[in-house]
Amino acid sequence: MTGPGAGSPLARAKRRAALPFLLPLIVTLLLVAGWPLLRTVWLSLTDARLEAGLAPHFVGIANYTYLLSDPEWWSAVRNTVVFAVTSVALETVLGVLIALALNEKMRGRGILRAAMLIPWAIPTVVAAQMWNWMLHDQYGVVNQALLALGVVQDPVAFTADPDLALWTVIAVDVWKATPFMVLLSLAALQLLPDEIYEAAEIDGLGPVGRFFRITLPLIRPALMVAVTFRSLDALRVFDLMYILTGNSAAAASMSVYARQHLVDFQDVGYGSAAATALFLMIAALTSLLVIAGRIQAAPEEDDR
Amino acid sequence: MSAQGVDVEGVSFGYGATRVLEDVSLSIRKGEFFAFLGPSGSGKTTLLRLIAGFGTPDRGRILIGGRDMTRTPPWSRNVGLVFQNYALWPHMTVAQNVAFGLERRRVPRAERDRRVRAALDMVGLAHLIDRRPAQLSGGQQQRVAIARTLAIEPEVLLLDEPLSNLDAALRAGVRQELVELQRRLGLTTILVTHDQEEANAAADRMAVLDGGRVLQMGTPTELYDRPANRFVASFLGTANLIDGTVEGGVFRAGGITLALREPATPGRATLALRPQAIRLHRDASGGALAARVLRTEFLGGHVRYTLELQEGQQLTTEEVHLRGRDPLAPGGGVQLEIDPQQVSIL
Repeated sequence: MTGPGAGSPLARAKRRAALPFLLPLIVTLLLVAGWPLLRTVWLSLTDARLEAGLAPHFVGIANYTYLLSDPEWWSAVRNTVVFAVTSVALETVLGVLIALALNEKMRGRGILRAAMLIPWAIPTVVAAQMWNWMLHDQYGVVNQALLALGVVQDPVAFTADPDLALWTVIAVDVWKATPFMVLLSLAALQLLPDEIYEAAEIDGLGPVGRFFRITLPLIRPALMVAVTFRSLDALRVFDLMYILTGNSAAAASMSVYARQHLVDFQDVGYGSAAATALFLMIAALTSLLVIAGRIQAAPEEDDR
Repeated sequence: MSAQGVDVEGVSFGYGATRVLEDVSLSIRKGEFFAFLGPSGSGKTTLLRLIAGFGTPDRGRILIGGRDMTRTPPWSRNVGLVFQNYALWPHMTVAQNVAFGLERRRVPRAERDRRVRAALDMVGLAHLIDRRPAQLSGGQQQRVAIARTLAIEPEVLLLDEPLSNLDAALRAGVRQELVELQRRLGLTTILVTHDQEEANAAADRMAVLDGGRVLQMGTPTELYDRPANRFVASFLGTANLIDGTVEGGVFRAGGITLALREPATPGRATLALRPQAIRLHRDASGGALAARVLRTEFLGGHVRYTLELQEGQQLTTEEVHLRGRDPLAPGGGVQLEIDPQQVSIL
C-alpha cells in the first residue's frame, strides 16, 4: 500500500478505477456471506422458532447465557476440541511419514501415490456410511475379522459405545484426511533439491538429523498451511459424526449440537446462538493461526 | 606412485548399462589447481562426485592424500564440495550455514565462531553474517558456499561449475578471486567446467574429458599448442582440421604443401591449424596460397574470415582489426601464408 509512487496521481487514479471492478464481488459477498451471517447473529438474539406465523421477539443475550450453562454444549465443545486436536495431530504425523516414504525413488511410486489419494477422493458421506457398515457390531467386517483372529471375545459396538464413539470418529477422519496431509507434504518435499542433502551429507548428517535439521524446517510453511486448513475443517466437523454416531452426546460436535437445536427442536434462536458461538471460536482461532504464521514468516532470532 | 593430492586409478563407473566413466586415471598434485574440462555428458561431474564420495566406482581406486578412499563415505574424506547451485540451507543464516559443518565436527563454540568469521572474512562477506541466503545476490551466495566449504578446512576443494550461475560480468571477477584464494591457501582444488576459458584462466593443469574418457592432460598452453586429437584441438579454441598425408617431412592436402618443422610419421595425417597460424596478404606476394573470402565477421578487436582455397578447402582465420585497414569484402581474393611453427600434426 505504501509502495513507491503510492501517492502519485497515476497510483490514485488506479485505486479509483479498482473500485468499480471490485464492486460486483463485494456486493455478491455481502449478499451470500454477509447477510446470512448478520441474520444468524440477529436470530441468535431472538426467540425465533421454525413454526410459521410466530413473530420472533428480541430476547437479548438470554440464548447465550443458557448456552453457556448447558452441559451438553460444553460436552460438544470438548468433543470438537478433542476431535480436532487428536485427528489433526495424527494426520500431520502420518501424512509427513507417508510423504517421506513416497518421496523416495522406488518402483511403483506413481501407483502408490495415486492409490494413497483414494480415501480423500471419496465423498465424506459415502466414506462415513461405508465405515458405519464395516464397523457394525452385528454384521460389520471389522468385528468379523477381530472375532476370527481372537482379538475380541464379543463384538465391539464401535459407534454406539460412549467410550469408543469419539475415537471411532477420529479414526475414520484420520483414514480420510491423511491423504490431504500427504499430498501437501509431498508437494513441499519435492521442491527440496537433492544438493542441500548432499551438502549436509559431507558434514556427516544422519537420517534423523536430515529430517529435523533440514527437511522439517523447510517444509514447515507448507505444513502450517495444511494444518490450518485441516484445523478449520475439523472444528466445524459435522457429517462424520452425524452419520456414524447420530446425535449421540458422546461424540456430538458443536455443529451437530447446533443442527439438533435448529432443525430437530426447531429452536432457531437458540440454534443460531450455538452457530454464532462456533463461528466466533473458528474466527478467533483463524486469526491466531494467521498471526502465528506471520510471526514465523518473519526472520527468526538465532535459535541455536 | 602417488602425487599426494588426489589420485584416480583406472576408475570405471556406470548406471546400469550406461557407461559414464571408462578407465579414468589421473594424478593431481598437492596444492594444485586442476580442472576437468569437457562438454555435458563427458563424465566430468560424475568423476568429481566419485572423488567427493557420492557413489563408488565399479572398478579402480581413488586416493586422497595418498590414502585409499574408494569406499570411504563423504563425511570421512575431508573434502569440501561447492555445488553448482550453491545448495545453501535456505532456513539458516549465513553464519549458521558456515558453522554447520563445524558444529557437526564438534568444534568448540569459541573456535567455531572464530573460524566462521575467518572464512567469511576470506570471501569478504563478514558484514552479511545474519542474512539469509534469499537476501543475497547470486555472487554473494556463491561466496557463502565457498566460505562454508573452507570453514571445515578440507584437504581438497571440489568445485562443480561454480561460476555457471553467475552473469558474465561477474564471472571473471569471481574467478580471479577464487584463484587468488586458492593460491593463498595452497589448497588442492579441482574445478569442473565446460568453459575452456574458465579452465585456461584458473587451472595449473587440466584434463579434457569426452565420452567418459580422459583425452589429454597437461597445462592449458600445452593442450592448446599441442592437442593430441581432433576433439581437444577443436574444443580448446578454434582450429582448422585438414586431412592429408605426410611424406618426407612435408604435409600435403589439396593445394597446401607445408614443410614441417617437427618430425612426423609418414602416412595419413590431420593438420591442426589455429587461426593465428594463417597470415593474410592483401597484395599478391610470392609463396602464398590464393583464396577467396566467403564470409566476413567484424568482432570489434578482430575480424573473422571464412576463406576458400582454390581446391575447395575451407579455413577460418582471424585478423587483428586496425583503424585504416578495412575488413576484406566477401567474394574478394586474398593471399595467405601458413606459419609452419604454429601447426600441429594429429
